[in-house]
Formats: sequence, C-alpha cells, structure tokens
Amino acid sequence: MGPEPGWLEQRLLFFTGKGGTGKSTIAAATALLAAQHGRRVLLVDVDAKGSCARLLEHDDVGYAPVVVQPGVSAMAMDTERSLREYLKLHLRVPVVGRIGPLARAFEFVATAAPGVKEILTIGKIVWEVREAIEGRADHDIVIVDAAASGHVVAQLAAPQTIRDLADVGPLRAQTDWMLELLSDGAITSVNIVTTPEEMPVAETIELVDRIRTETQVHLGAIVVNRVLPELFTRRDEVTFDALRDEPIVAQLAGAVGPGVGAVLAGARLAVTLRRTRAEHLDRLRAAVTSPLLFVPYQFGGQQGVRTTRRIAESLGEELGL
Amino acid sequence: MSPQGRERRISDGSRMSASLASLLTGKEIVVCCGSGGVGKTSVAAALALAAAEHRDGKVLVLTVDPARRLATALGIDGIGNLERRVDPALLAAAGIDARAEVWAAMLDTKQSWDALVLRHTPDAETAYRILHNRLYANLTARFVQSHDYIAVERLYELHSSGTYDLIIVDTPPTRNAVDFLDAPQRMAEFFGGRLLRWLTLPYRVGGTRGARMLNVASRPFYQIADRLIGSKFLEEIANFFLNFQSMYEGFVTRSGAVERLLRDRRTTFAVVTTLEAAPLREAEDFCRELLARDLHLGALVCNRVLPDYFVVPEVVSAARDLGARADDLGGEVSAAFGADREALADAGAVARVLHTVARSFRDFSLVGAQEHQLRADLSRVPDVTVTVPMRSSDVADVVGLAWIARRLLGAEDRAVDDDGVASDGIGA
Repeated sequence: MGPEPGWLEQRLLFFTGKGGTGKSTIAAATALLAAQHGRRVLLVDVDAKGSCARLLEHDDVGYAPVVVQPGVSAMAMDTERSLREYLKLHLRVPVVGRIGPLARAFEFVATAAPGVKEILTIGKIVWEVREAIEGRADHDIVIVDAAASGHVVAQLAAPQTIRDLADVGPLRAQTDWMLELLSDGAITSVNIVTTPEEMPVAETIELVDRIRTETQVHLGAIVVNRVLPELFTRRDEVTFDALRDEPIVAQLAGAVGPGVGAVLAGARLAVTLRRTRAEHLDRLRAAVTSPLLFVPYQFGGQQGVRTTRRIAESLGEELGL
Repeated sequence: MSPQGRERRISDGSRMSASLASLLTGKEIVVCCGSGGVGKTSVAAALALAAAEHRDGKVLVLTVDPARRLATALGIDGIGNLERRVDPALLAAAGIDARAEVWAAMLDTKQSWDALVLRHTPDAETAYRILHNRLYANLTARFVQSHDYIAVERLYELHSSGTYDLIIVDTPPTRNAVDFLDAPQRMAEFFGGRLLRWLTLPYRVGGTRGARMLNVASRPFYQIADRLIGSKFLEEIANFFLNFQSMYEGFVTRSGAVERLLRDRRTTFAVVTTLEAAPLREAEDFCRELLARDLHLGALVCNRVLPDYFVVPEVVSAARDLGARADDLGGEVSAAFGADREALADAGAVARVLHTVARSFRDFSLVGAQEHQLRADLSRVPDVTVTVPMRSSDVADVVGLAWIARRLLGAEDRAVDDDGVASDGIGA
C-alpha cells in the first residue's frame, strides 16, 4: 500500500497540504526517518517562518543550514538571499553590498511578476539537489516543508512559467536543468499531507488534479495524518451498544461509580468520530490513485521532537522499513 | 499575571456568553480570524445565526472559502459575489428563533478585484488594458496579500452600502493573521508613490529607449533585472504598472477608508482557535497584535474542544476502575443480562469491549487534559471567551450551525454531556 520502494531514495521530497493538517510535522518526521536510514538530510522550510526546526527541538533557523538533529540540517527559505546567491554564483554580478537598497524594488517586481519569486524558491531547492547528486553537498536528500496547497502549484510550475514568459535571458536558460530534475520521478516527488476531514480531503483531491495538469512533478504519496484508531470489530460494537442500555449502565455504575455513563459516552464519541472520518477517507480513496500512508492520531502528544519521532516510526512502519 | 485593563483570565461562563450576545447586538462588524483548519467559517456562520436571535434587521455572513456542503446549505454555492437570504424556514426548523433576517455571501476574489479596477480607473480603455493583462491575473490570483485586501475591501463596500445591520466576516487563510491587519496599508504602499514611479520611470520617458536614460539610483536594479528576466518581460511589467498607476489616488484613499473601518468602534474581532499548541500560539499572537494596535478584541472562541467529562476526576476514576476490573465485570454483566441479550452472552467479549472502552477513554483523557492545561495557561484573553465542544461530524447544514450557535451563546446541552454525541442524531 506504500509508495513504490525507494521513497526515501529520492533526492527531493516536497510536502504540501491544507493549513492545519500537519505538513510541517510530517516533513520533519520524514527527515528524521531518512536520517535514521543513513541519509543526510537538508530540511527546507519554505514558509520562511523557520519554525519547522522547532518540531526537532531546535530554535528557528535562518537561510544558512544548521544541524538540528543528527543527520538533519535545516534552513528557512529567503528569496532575497536566494537572489543574492544566484547572482553571485551564476551571473558574477558584484552586488553583494549594493542589492540591499534594491531589495524593496526587487520584492515589488517579484511579487507581481509571475514566477519570479517562485523560481527563486524552487531554484535554490533544485540547486541544492543538483549539488547533492554531484556529490558536492553535505546532504543526500532535500525534504521541503513546502507552501500550502493554495500556493505550491505556482512554485512547482515556476520553471515552466518563466519559460513561457521570459523568452531570453539567463533565468530562462536555468529552467532546463531545473525541469529535468523536477520532472524525474526517480529524483523528485510531491507529497500531500491531509487529515480525514471534509475540507482537507476536498482540497487534496483538487490539488492532485492540479499537480497532474499544471506541473511536471511526479505525485508521491498522500499522507493521511491524525487517523483515529478503530475501537471495535463489527461484532464487538454490537456488544458495546448493548452495554449502553440503562440497566447495564446502572450495574456498571454500581461497580465503578456514576462516572461510567460518561466513560461509555466517550467511547461512543470515539466510534462516531472514527466513522465520520472513514467516510471522508472513502471519498479520498475513490478519487485518487496515489498510495496512502496512514499516521495515527497522537493522543496527548505535544509538538516536539518526541512526537515527531513517534510519527517517524509510524511512517517507517507504513513504508515497511 | 494579574488581570489588567481589558485582559483577564477566563472566568464565569454565563456572564461571558451574555457578553457575546451583547457584542453581537452592539457592534456592526465582527471579523473572525484564526489559523487554517480551526473551523473559522462555521463559527462565523454560527455567529450570524446567534446574532439573528438577539437583534432585529439584517445580519450578513461573508464567507471566504466555505466547504461545499456548507455553501450549499447556506444557498450560496457557485453564485459569485451575490448575497442570498438564508431560508427562514431552514432557520426555524433548526430551532433558531430569528428576529433578524440572515443573509450569506461568498467572496469571489476575481470578481471583487475586477469591480475595484472598474471603479478606480479613469476610463474604460485603461480598465480594459488592466483587466486583460496577464500580470493582473497573476497579481490578483497569486499575491497572497491581495486576498486579504480584497476581503476587507469587500467588507467596506458591503458596510458602506448600509444594507446590513451586522456583518460577520470570515477571513482568508493567511500565513499569519497579522497580514490581514496590514493588508490595506501594504496595498497602498504596493501601488503607492515612489517605488512605482521609480520602476516605471524609464518607460514613461519614452518606451525602451528611455531605459538608457536611467538615473544613477535605478541603473543597477535595471541591469540586474534585465540580466535576470530579460528586457521585454521587464517592459511588460513596467507598462502594466503604468496603467495601474492611474488608479493610484482612488486606491490610496480607499485603502485609508478601509483601514479606518477596521479601527472603528463599531468593529470588533473574534479570534477562533482550537486548543492545540500551534493554532493557539497563533491566536495568542493575534490577540496581542490587536491589543497593541488598539483594535477591539471582542471574543476568543475555542472551537472543537473535547467534552469536559474527559477531565472530570469522578469520570476518570470510573474509567480506570472499569479497565482494571474489566474481566470480572464482563463475567458479572454477562451473567446478569446475557440470557436476555445475545450481544452480552459472551463474557469474554464483554470484558474485551470494557477494556477497549477504558483504553479509549484514557487516550482521549490525555488530549482533554492537555486542552484543559492550554486553556488554563492562556495569559491574555478577551472578556468574552467561549468554548464550542467538538462535534463528531463536520458542520454541513443549518442544523449543525444552530448547534454551534447555541454553544456560542452558552447553552449547556445536557444531551451532549451525557451522550458525548451531538444532539443532531449523529449517534444513530
């Protein structure tokens, strides 16, 4: 049921999804899992908050990669820094000191012009991948806590957008090797994190379609996060329902106290929650063909490296690692 | 952590729900904000229903990206920017004793932007050139702040039309909630003055030839931009902004008015969150920002909170005993009731189910305790803080919204506490 073997053998994994589904957590957990299997990881936080590292018990990170866990370095995307680096590396433009005052103007153009900001984001990421492939980097795999579903397509499609818009210029020339790496399913995949709820599932189905039609990036797995456990078999559920009859509740209350009514109500809530979510999962299964990876709901798990580690373990089990 | 000013700790529930009602009657605009996935849209719609019970006139809920089923339930699915009245029969059937008319609308970003351009451009030709420019489509569709801005802009338009007595507005998902507050200012800056003039300068003084007349300050920028994206593309960008500049005056004036509306005493903010670490952190940041900007922080809505019984000591201890004595109790229950009820005949099966019930309760108790702690740790909360319990299904109809509305107004539905299941028949 997992994605084809070698998910972690790829060079570039994007994680996207609707806000609130836990894509940062899944990206961080995948980074831990990859590191546990001997891969040197660069974890990239695209939303520039740099807080992805917090899930690995490290302070927020900046543009320069910092080791946050054994085998995992993390960095936060910064398009202005990415531009400087690009100019320095490729154009040999001596602007390191002078671009500062120009940054605002550039920000202005980059905000409005299609694909410019996106190409600076995606370009930096793909460049790190190329460095890794050619053995010049300190990492083997790049794992991206990417933009949320609303914006990720624009990023993944940026090289094509630039190609269509800028007919000449060095930026266009750069898009060739970017597209080559991005469209190679053995190297790159985009993975969607969702939860078994109405809106996240609807957004996932829509996003799968957009990724297929608007980008050349291979769709990897759909990670279904926060899956509640199935409490009862069908037969046991009949028994459970029978237990909730008044005379039986009264007998149990006599044994363990009047609170037992609420205890049974709690189990009923758990059963119902699981069932409603299962319907959304059915809808997802019917609509997509991508492999699904299930991550159990973390009861009482606070955000932090301990929970991230637990999720990494579940992912490992799902992948048969 | 002593209470100071209007910040204070959570206190008595009944007093607070009374103030939510007064907030809904005393204000003209309620802006619902919070991070993605906390149920903002449902809460906004439920607030409209709650308000309708407490005031006369017309109440509008402006949603940004409602779930399909919710949009259908409100009668606004696929109708663009139009406002629709929610069928009073639906409200009545859901047990809402509405004095006010309830209206709903969806925000169509593209349509709203087009309307804005048409309003501010000096002539039809300029409007046409802007509306048909591919950069325009990009700017309005992808520039995240543009969604924030257009939401407040549309709010301003609806409010100044004078059609509605109360408008409850859902906000677009933002990278962080403060972006929403800054949207008018940033928009004005974006299209405003110097930067734009500077960028378009070489093109204003004579097309591409003008590019040679660059001043010292802008030359390096053009050199870099040219080498990066090519001069043709750069020219296209500049031409677009030349057209856009014609809207500058109207735009900046309007941005100012929109910003004033957010600051107005008639406007209040309701911050929606779940009791999970990340959304709560963002909600707290947002509350802090509102206070720092002297905006009116009206209410904090803690949504999808587990029922209280998960942390009631008497219930917790019953669950523990149930687990510890499951094997014995399985035998006892089976002996007493198994003869009459086939489902309880197998003592082993009953014991297994009791074990599972106890374990599940323990799992959820962990979450309940954590939520309880997070709520207790809230240091700065508005006077009005309400809790909406978790429902076992997504809100998909007016009945579901009415259920939330009742919780917002502080109704304690005993059926929920006793069953743990919403009273709308979900358990069936």
